[in-house]
Amino acid sequence: MLSKRIIPCLDVRDGKTTKGIKFKGNVDIGDPVEMARFYYEEGADEIVFYDITASSDRRDIMIDVVRRVAEEIFIPFSVGGGIRTVEDMRSVLLAGAEKVSVNTAAIDDPEIISSGARAFGSQCIVLGMDVKKVEPSGKTPSGYEMVIQGGRTYTGIDALWWAKKAEGLGAGEICLNSIDADGTQQGYELELTALISENVNIPVIASGGAGNIVHMYDVLTKGKADAALVASVVHYGTYTIKEIKERLDARGVKVRKKWS
Amino acid sequence: MIAIIDYKAGNLKSVELALNKLGFPCRITHDFEEVLNSDRIIFPGVGAAGKAMEDLRRLGLDDVLGRAFNIGKPILGICLGAQIILNKSEEDDTRCLGLVGGEVRRFPHNLFSKEKERLKVPHMGWNGIHVIKDHPVLEGVMPADEFYFVHSYYPSPASDDCIIATTDHGIVFASVIASGSLIAMQFHPEKSGVPGLRILENFCNWDGLYAE
Repeated sequence: MLSKRIIPCLDVRDGKTTKGIKFKGNVDIGDPVEMARFYYEEGADEIVFYDITASSDRRDIMIDVVRRVAEEIFIPFSVGGGIRTVEDMRSVLLAGAEKVSVNTAAIDDPEIISSGARAFGSQCIVLGMDVKKVEPSGKTPSGYEMVIQGGRTYTGIDALWWAKKAEGLGAGEICLNSIDADGTQQGYELELTALISENVNIPVIASGGAGNIVHMYDVLTKGKADAALVASVVHYGTYTIKEIKERLDARGVKVRKKWS
Repeated sequence: MIAIIDYKAGNLKSVELALNKLGFPCRITHDFEEVLNSDRIIFPGVGAAGKAMEDLRRLGLDDVLGRAFNIGKPILGICLGAQIILNKSEEDDTRCLGLVGGEVRRFPHNLFSKEKERLKVPHMGWNGIHVIKDHPVLEGVMPADEFYFVHSYYPSPASDDCIIATTDHGIVFASVIASGSLIAMQFHPEKSGVPGLRILENFCNWDGLYAE
């Protein structure tokens, strides 16, 4: 039986990790390669890198990070942020990443999902979704809307419709981030996570809101998530990955417990 | 020298980096002669069966793999490489290498676990393997070890004799297959942390002999 995955997320800017609280006030907390190796040795099941480097001419720094990470860790990792074209995907995958995630670029041009899936296989293509709760309306009947620019801009696209559409185009996985819950440490958006996960057949990684073990337990059970993204809760040392897994295991969640 | 067969089907870099880490010289190649003259072959791959077989045939590598298998050269198939060793695949209705008898099937829709939980396809993430038969390449694998899988199709060998280990994802399928000097695994040892590296190291030290 598949294990539920625990996935640390590292925000990287200009080659250094940061952790954003509601996408504002980022502070540097370290070297991405060192942190990736640390989490790998601690039992992370996968690692997500999100490149928040502002200027596109500094993207080579991220490619270099990817290359160095790939030499050090032997579990899957994905890279998102600033991926605009199939060529961007290719350079990240050739540097050694297992998956790439697209978010805004896919909203601007959904074809990037199908072109990416055709070129590299669906298993490489993760759809990143930033979602806000809204009043259900004709445009957004699910009551969840796709947002971009860290939540500042509403797109008018219904989140559930978009998840299904992207699955049809060939996305292999969804990383579902609730902007409402992100950075709060008050728990994942369970209702949203269950809604998306139950209506697609590809795995869903829940993101945004992890503050304690109960939050993770809830999103992996009631929220029907296949994996839980964790950031502050591990970066600031509330728990180690090992502790998270021991405690989830004690609550009856199937997790990978041996990694040495 | 270990040849990592390059047939444009996915992430070969991670296999190469894992072998670098373990200290085994290797080359990513699609050169007929180079693969033929290598000491052992790793046959990785993700992607679609139809396209992979087309590329292998175009490069003449189907023939090299057959020859290597016949002379007992150690061959490791990974993921798609563990599927197209069989006779045929439901994916694109593809005729495959036929090194081992059997077929490749798609996971059915509406897949459920024993606990009645809905299971997704692709089978993506960490799962265990249940070792049925000892094999030198699986030496040191412990019951609690898990491995990283990503696939929507699974190998279904004609005979149980070649099944080394099985994995449960709603249905129990052959996750490790062996025949002579060929061993093939549906999961990615190069992406399965320390237990995966152990398997790769075992393969790189294996003489290709296996008493079935």
